[in-house]
Amino acid sequence: MMDWLGADRWSPYAVGVGIGLLSWLTLLLSDRFIGASTAFARTSGMIERLFRGEAVLTRPYYRKFVPEIDWEWMFVLGIVLGALGAAFLSGSWRLLTVPDRWAASFGDGFVLRWAAALAGGVLMGLGARWAGGCTSGHGISGTMQLGVTSWLAAVCFFLGGIVTARLLFLAG
Amino acid sequence: MEFAFFRGREIRQWGSGLAAGVLFGFLLQKGGLTGYDVLIGQLLLSDFTVAKVMITAVVTGMVGIHLLRGLGLAVHHPKEGSWGGAAIGGLIFGVGFGILGYCPGTLAGAIGAGALDAFLGGLPGILIGSGLFAVLYPRLERTILKRGDFGILTFPQLARVNPWCIVLPVCLALVLLLLWMERAGL
Repeated sequence: MMDWLGADRWSPYAVGVGIGLLSWLTLLLSDRFIGASTAFARTSGMIERLFRGEAVLTRPYYRKFVPEIDWEWMFVLGIVLGALGAAFLSGSWRLLTVPDRWAASFGDGFVLRWAAALAGGVLMGLGARWAGGCTSGHGISGTMQLGVTSWLAAVCFFLGGIVTARLLFLAG
Repeated sequence: MEFAFFRGREIRQWGSGLAAGVLFGFLLQKGGLTGYDVLIGQLLLSDFTVAKVMITAVVTGMVGIHLLRGLGLAVHHPKEGSWGGAAIGGLIFGVGFGILGYCPGTLAGAIGAGALDAFLGGLPGILIGSGLFAVLYPRLERTILKRGDFGILTFPQLARVNPWCIVLPVCLALVLLLLWMERAGL
């Protein structure tokens, strides 16, 4: 049992089945599908509220997605803790400043990598809300419900990602 | 309904969300999906771990959630959308994905696993991008987001067939795709 919990990696199929079963469970017990990007939008609203006060709540978007903690926000917090726990159990937790594959093409300077991560993050946050979901909400939860929007979004996520990564690494 | 205990009260919602998130984060980490190298490897088509995990999750989930609905134990919540929203937003997301190398869920996992580029670069980026959308939303809402609107639509509704007529062939096709990927050594 401990060998299994302490393993660095599990088979991708075992992990996939686990995520699928988790989807049954969240639907049955909480009437929820897994997703992540709405929590980031709510957090963004909460931070803006700290600076601008209640005026933020008049934004039409925040009337739709009120900046407050909900199931999905706690879910995203749980992801941080779950990954932390899994990494500790396998002894693979470490502070990483620049990922290996990035460093191999663009050097191990952290300023460039963090700036790229910031810029990519801005586009991702914008795109996720524009599309109404992310790789979890559309890519996993929406596709399993056979939603037309979600299949279209999921194809575009990977299409955009594959083309961009290819161009970026050609340049690197 | 006997599961009503888990619903309703906010604290239970929070608790069940947190517990589900811990399990999801644990699985992402064990699958290697919190790692930039694995995620960018998928986008560079050199590592198919992400595809294997996602396809297996979708097949497993699809069968179960349709069974649950068939048994009257759950309802589905497919998302509404449009070409202008899902396709354009999806491509913007994709460009961000190619540069950042994490998606929102795996970014949270990467933060837990100690990735500082995710924590100090990606996280503030996604928060800024989400805030930017909230600012732009009133202008986008009635224009581009309504372009080619399909509302809430699923493929079984589109084809006007029993959901299982789509679920079974799609699951079969996805399983064949996985088998092909294994045979091709991907």
